[in-house]
Amino acid sequence: MTTKTEFGIFFLGLIALGALSYFLGRGKANSVAAGARLRARPSQYGAYVAVWFAGPFVGLGAICGITNLFLSASEVKGIPSEVILALCFILGLAGASFGFLRIRPELRARNQVERVIHWALIATSMVSIFITFGIVASILFQSIDFFVGDPENERAPVSPWDFLTGKEWAPENAFLAGAGREDENFAKPKFGAAPLFAGTFMITGIAMFVAVPIGLFAAIYMAEYMPKKLRKWVKPILEILAGIPTVVYGFFAVVTIAPMIVEWSDWMATSVLPPGTWLASIFEAATHENALTCGVVMGIMVIPLVSSLSDDVINAVPNALREGSLALGTTQSETIRRVILPAALPGISSAVLLAISRALGETMIVYMAAGLRPNLSMNPLEGMTTVTVRMVSAFTGDKDFQSAETLSAFALGMVLFIVTLVLNVGATMVVRRFRQRYEL
Amino acid sequence: MSDREKFVQKRLRRRKMAEIRFRIYGITALLLAGGFLVFFFGDMIIKGHSAFKQAYVKCDVYYNKDSAKITGYRKAVDKEYQKVVSRAILRLIPKEIRNNPELLGPDGEGTTEKKWLVAGYEFDQYLKGKFNKLTDSDKELADKLAADGVLKMRFNWGFFFNGHSNFPEIAGIGAATVGTIYVLFITMLCAVPIGVATAVYLEEFAPDNKLTRAIEVNINNLAAVPSILFGLLGLAIVINFFGVPRSSAMAGGITLGLMMLPVIIIATRTALRAVPDSIREGAYGVGASPWQVVQHHVLPLAAPGVLTGSIISVARAMGETAPLLVVGLMALIQEPPASALDGTTVLPAQILIWNNEAIRAYQERTAAGILVLLAVLLLLNGFAIWLRNRTERRW
Repeated sequence: MTTKTEFGIFFLGLIALGALSYFLGRGKANSVAAGARLRARPSQYGAYVAVWFAGPFVGLGAICGITNLFLSASEVKGIPSEVILALCFILGLAGASFGFLRIRPELRARNQVERVIHWALIATSMVSIFITFGIVASILFQSIDFFVGDPENERAPVSPWDFLTGKEWAPENAFLAGAGREDENFAKPKFGAAPLFAGTFMITGIAMFVAVPIGLFAAIYMAEYMPKKLRKWVKPILEILAGIPTVVYGFFAVVTIAPMIVEWSDWMATSVLPPGTWLASIFEAATHENALTCGVVMGIMVIPLVSSLSDDVINAVPNALREGSLALGTTQSETIRRVILPAALPGISSAVLLAISRALGETMIVYMAAGLRPNLSMNPLEGMTTVTVRMVSAFTGDKDFQSAETLSAFALGMVLFIVTLVLNVGATMVVRRFRQRYEL
Repeated sequence: MSDREKFVQKRLRRRKMAEIRFRIYGITALLLAGGFLVFFFGDMIIKGHSAFKQAYVKCDVYYNKDSAKITGYRKAVDKEYQKVVSRAILRLIPKEIRNNPELLGPDGEGTTEKKWLVAGYEFDQYLKGKFNKLTDSDKELADKLAADGVLKMRFNWGFFFNGHSNFPEIAGIGAATVGTIYVLFITMLCAVPIGVATAVYLEEFAPDNKLTRAIEVNINNLAAVPSILFGLLGLAIVINFFGVPRSSAMAGGITLGLMMLPVIIIATRTALRAVPDSIREGAYGVGASPWQVVQHHVLPLAAPGVLTGSIISVARAMGETAPLLVVGLMALIQEPPASALDGTTVLPAQILIWNNEAIRAYQERTAAGILVLLAVLLLLNGFAIWLRNRTERRW
């Protein structure tokens, strides 16, 4: 039997027998009801029997499944799946008959079923906590593995300090050491992530340079000047920008924006600037994969993030402030600049923080348009790579899962996780303070 | 006029100019964003629309013993057409004959059929006036066939039904579309029940204690975790720990499902909060238990909001690429996957694959795939907005 058919039998059995026990329970409750007053609705007695079936059935199945998962990592052979299935069915049916026999008019089926539902709801709401733990655990263990190294497979340890500050990222030859060829004359793998961080920050910086002014001015205009009716249309249209898949932006950056930027910088270097100068050499260095393209496109992508959130907070500024200022004879723009923006500043800065966190974690645009070459440079017209690009390229390559390059991607992921977490928490804290101050 | 008045007048003029300038900044920002949107869609349409047409050539196809040989498939058409007809189509003729022996005729002598066949991509690109590598004599041939009406553009149905191919002329989004449907189905199967249950618990049952607050903070943070980190989660937990096959719709669907969970929780909570307390109190008043209140009254009233949130998260999951790359959904898939455990690719990954191809004929197909993706996304979001406007109730 394959796993697929086992799962099929398990779920079909669960649904079919669960429904059967529900109907049997309801039927018995109905027939019992003829003599006495029931304490709950007949369907609740049905649910009661169904719970008595499903609880043991699913519980045993889950316990055995998880045991087998852990056993599969070790040498011990797991419980054969046919046995598990049979046990589940036996226990489930036993539970169902027990529940069925307990049906009496005095039985408070509703309260008991609801207690089960309550615990089931608590269990599901734990899933989100488990996801966080799962992310942290999956990143953490592999990163520790990466930093500690593995002498058995000749994987050298990497010191976290070197990882964060090293200026050279060249993991390509990491697998040769594992293959026992380290005596040969090849470049040692190097894991200095500074160029990746520099590339990430450069592109994020350009993106913010595009997104913050456009997003902020758009939000101010939408919130303060635009008629309400028009605003109802403009805001969703602007939000289309955030709904376009990033892979589409990536394609757009590669085939449309990048050639435009290369052409423009060629023109700058040859026709506008005096040749041979320092400034002209910057433009001459322009390549087809460059940070400016990614930054601009990413900036456009996060415009709605800045504009929508800022629009909301500007709208939330109490009208009393606005009217008080206008009554003093200020123009509208003076009111906005001197009164409304300072009042909305915490909300706006939280929007910008969220936009930064989004841009840092953005993957597809940079993967397609920024290139793979780690490059520690201040020139945005050169190709550079980012943390996320290196993560994707490590996972899509043909490297072994335990190779240093793959594990290094988890270490990069940890840095990304910590930075974005700090930004997100910062954003919520800023907003919380804002709320306390302006609830009039 | 006194000096004082003049001064005030002058300053007033300056202040009014500043006001106008400020407004112009706002309008410029909006126009820049809107202009970009127009430019972007225009660019995609210009680049992609040509892929919906495809050059076809009408010629005799000979089904006989020669063309039935794996090495002789070229002989299925006249020599003149051998260059023109796509090799990908000709290559399949021996297989076609093997599957349908009656094509060889009752006496095995072979039959001839006049058919429209897909032309090779170089000819296709030449007819569309795009970059191609045809020699001058080939161009003459193409012009002559086009003038005779046997080489012409027809609607490219294959684009919607074929899978990936190394021949651009027969590459399509069919397999990727099926894969996307599989993945989204599993995503919703994971995310909606758990998400709605969590939202119901937090909104209707949870006491205000540390645990509840921890869950809430946690959900808000999860919503902002970069998507690629969910890919790492999928790789380490779903694939390596639970043993779900790599590159399968199951792995991708579960990963995206975990990612969409916060979105659905937040949307459901908003919908639940919009149900007024008088409904709950009325139900309690006639003796309903807490769960009956939720099941019979609150959830049905919140259902349109939950549906809207789910549709929007489907649209978001559909365009997500990075986590799926990490769990291996960027595979070269030619046939639609048979089950959720087989190798699968999704539309965004297919776009990425074509974007990486060296042959330029893929570019218009990439853009056309993007157009299809964007059209579906706009439809989904438009539907969600329509649904929200239709079902919105003020209590």
